[in-house]
Amino acid sequence: MSEYIEFDPTEDHGHHHKETFITKYIFSQDHKMIAKQYLITGVLFMGILGILMSLLMRLQIAWPEEPNVIFEFLLGKWAPEGVMDADIYLALVTMHGTIMVFFVLTAGLSGTFSNLLIPLQIGARDMASGFLNMISFWLFFVSTVIMVISIFVEAGPAAAGWTIYPPLSALPLAQGGSGLGMTLWLVSMAIFIASSLLGSLNYIVTVINLRTKGMTLTRMPLTIWAFFVTAIIGVISFPVLLSAALLLIMDRSFGTSFFLSDIFIQGEVLHYQGGSPVLFEHLFWFLGHPEVYIVLLPALGIASEVISTNSRKPIFGYKAMILSILAIAFLSTIVWGHHMFISGMNPFLGSVFTFTTLLIAIPSAVKAFNYITTLWKGNIQFNTAMLFSIGFVSTFITGGLTGIILGDSALDINLHDTYFVVAHFHLVMGISALYGLFAGVYHWFPRLFNRMLNKKLGYLHFWVTAVCAYGVFFPMHFIGMAGLPRRYYTNSNFPLFDDLADTNQIITIFALIGGLIQLVFLYNFLYSIFYGKKAEQNPWKSNTLEWTASMKHIHGNWQGKLPEVFRWPYDYSKPGYDEDFVPQNKPMKKGEIEY
Amino acid sequence: MNTFLTILILFFIVIAIWQIVKIYDLTQVNITTDDSEIANDKDNRINGNLMLGFLVFIYVITIVCFIKYGDFPLMSNSASEHGSKIDNLMMISMALIFFVQTVTQFFLYYFAYKYKGQKGNKALFYSDNHKLEFLWTIIPAIVLTILITYGLVTWSDIMNVDQDEDPIVIELYAQQFNWKARYSGEDNALGKSNVRLIDIDRANILGIDEHDPNAQDDVIATELHLPVGKPVLFKMRSQDVLHSAYMPHFRAQMNCVPGMITQFGFTPTVTTSDMRKTPEMIDKILNINNIRDKKSKALIEKGEEALDSYEFDYLLLCNKICGKSHYNMQMKIVVETQEEFDNWINQQTKFKNSLIAQK
Repeated sequence: MSEYIEFDPTEDHGHHHKETFITKYIFSQDHKMIAKQYLITGVLFMGILGILMSLLMRLQIAWPEEPNVIFEFLLGKWAPEGVMDADIYLALVTMHGTIMVFFVLTAGLSGTFSNLLIPLQIGARDMASGFLNMISFWLFFVSTVIMVISIFVEAGPAAAGWTIYPPLSALPLAQGGSGLGMTLWLVSMAIFIASSLLGSLNYIVTVINLRTKGMTLTRMPLTIWAFFVTAIIGVISFPVLLSAALLLIMDRSFGTSFFLSDIFIQGEVLHYQGGSPVLFEHLFWFLGHPEVYIVLLPALGIASEVISTNSRKPIFGYKAMILSILAIAFLSTIVWGHHMFISGMNPFLGSVFTFTTLLIAIPSAVKAFNYITTLWKGNIQFNTAMLFSIGFVSTFITGGLTGIILGDSALDINLHDTYFVVAHFHLVMGISALYGLFAGVYHWFPRLFNRMLNKKLGYLHFWVTAVCAYGVFFPMHFIGMAGLPRRYYTNSNFPLFDDLADTNQIITIFALIGGLIQLVFLYNFLYSIFYGKKAEQNPWKSNTLEWTASMKHIHGNWQGKLPEVFRWPYDYSKPGYDEDFVPQNKPMKKGEIEY
Repeated sequence: MNTFLTILILFFIVIAIWQIVKIYDLTQVNITTDDSEIANDKDNRINGNLMLGFLVFIYVITIVCFIKYGDFPLMSNSASEHGSKIDNLMMISMALIFFVQTVTQFFLYYFAYKYKGQKGNKALFYSDNHKLEFLWTIIPAIVLTILITYGLVTWSDIMNVDQDEDPIVIELYAQQFNWKARYSGEDNALGKSNVRLIDIDRANILGIDEHDPNAQDDVIATELHLPVGKPVLFKMRSQDVLHSAYMPHFRAQMNCVPGMITQFGFTPTVTTSDMRKTPEMIDKILNINNIRDKKSKALIEKGEEALDSYEFDYLLLCNKICGKSHYNMQMKIVVETQEEFDNWINQQTKFKNSLIAQK
């Protein structure tokens, strides 16, 4: 260990081999480059695809009968004469969900920031295994390619919803998308899970073993705590999805009956007997629910860091924050049944899951109140990252509160699978996690590219996005309470819902504006990589170690010795210091008390 | 027309964004005083004020939504016995989250506004307060305990079907993409069934065991008729993929799962014709028909057929993604007096008479 700490990249140890274009930019083992690769593939590329799909769906819901040249242009044969095909609507629903949940908010968010920040913030030269890290990214890349290819297969992409409940997903007879499209979906996800597991193991090992001298667990930034716990949840729950996917592949291709039984479809009785779709639901949601926190915890971590730095105040209740992360993580693995209150499982299980689910509200409330208290009597610097972090707390509260309704089995009976659910999870995990992601990009862009993002475009991006997010998802709750089911291609077969049509149009207009404003971010991002203002060392006057490393990317992160840590990362505006921040590597004064 | 307008709006938005960027680029040239990309006092002031503005925006959108949907279209008029229990619980939960939402968002945005940064100011070093943290752990805990208890009592009340009440047993049968209802007849027992017994040639479409004595008086219908005030126990089956029987007016929903039988029971309390006469429903229907009239006019101008005017009916909808025509998988529900119900069921063909004789 000690040998590793004294490793000095400026001296020639023979570690220093010449880098070619391929080892530097493509098969790189450097965590900073891998973070960028995740950012570009997971967030930018898949993000654009996922958002575009949601806009197509919104256009269809708002103006279902009208032929639309956009459809004709983008969907081609799937929108004959500009009228979207019903199958393709379901495919869009499915792919949008899959891409946003797994590719953008799991791999994109965790992949970018865990990779970038874990070594830099704990004072390590790199990940525990650079090679595994590289493999992890390239597996992710392969799964991305397969998922994108699956969109273009003849019979259409997977269209059984992102939850791919069998039998719909198992039987090509039930739906065109359950043919080759579904096979590719499953293969892509299996590879994705392998990538995610390799990544998570690497994060866990790195955090446990490679912390620099003085970096005790209770001096770790909350970002690292969040990434660490996220990785643990991932390792526990993703294998279960893998097993579900493998069993489903067997049912589809080898005639087993794990999830299928007594099926009569298109005039024939199938041979399946004895399986249960409910079993699949259990397996799926055993990952599916922790997945919500895999998406959300990194965002919580990023928001903690950004809010504290920009309030120039210590995060309020640091230990309570850690405990609530752990409590949320623990509870998240025993609440999956709340997605299945009306699946036909024993109603008594419904009671158990209602109980555990509503318990999650307690640590979540603690977190929300602690954020608000952190702002109190601060000296708040409204950098763009700070705006997104405050927006995050806001949507986390709004979206989280409706969870109290949906987690209550008795109320879920009537709201299950309506737009109320759509509004709830988009606010609490979709928009919140995206805000966390944006906060992270704005905050660590100087660390990633050594340049600054334009702040005025950032302000424009945030405020328009914030208005649109509420404009889209707030009214959606009420449509759901009126009983409108989700995943309907059009509502025009139900005159009962005709009075909701104008609200749906308003929602779509907000969605379009919100989607388009992301182009401002895209422009800002791409422009600033090349022409942005050069970043100075530690632009946000932050305490954490990543800002003490060389701003220029070098292998090994720090010239010379690794920094030693003497204090927690939240000594902002500490009495007794002239500056309003005290970096973690600054030794304690005599008689100074740590937080 | 709408498409054209949409594209036009999109086009203008793109132009607007492009121009803002352009103008911004131009203004950059002459500003030399502060070109740092880090927030300065001016940025803090502007964004701090916007924070307050955004709080107002959230309140406004809340108020607008509550006015527009103030009567909660589905919340004040449940048509089943347990429905009002769910509605009460919903009201209590809504009131609670409305209160918490209003207060916490206020503090969040107000603090953001109040403590916006200024050069020379120093924040308060305030890292912990165990009393406060204890307070906001224990308060949610107590409130949630009450809610959980109330919720669980309601839930077990709804889900435990009381067999002593002698409910009418009706099977809901789902297939891509329609519903069938099977009444158990005078013996109130459904005949055995399995999809392997389906015989399309003999019109045995639900796979009912022809030799089961209980099956002989079963009745298969494409409309769901229910006598008012009588408990009903639905036994649900699906022949192909997952479906979900969603009856929003009765606050009832349960998945239909191939290979197993699921169940849900409730007692309808308002007949269809009574529901049509309630003032809320009269308003709603008037409103919907106005909307449909407008659409019809536009359709007639285009030389297409006008829409039918709408009359209220209870509905059973499919609420679990089930394939291409998922969006149109519905069945009409008619709640009527016992007398009307008896008349209707007597006109239906019994299962033993519905089979086509084998050649």
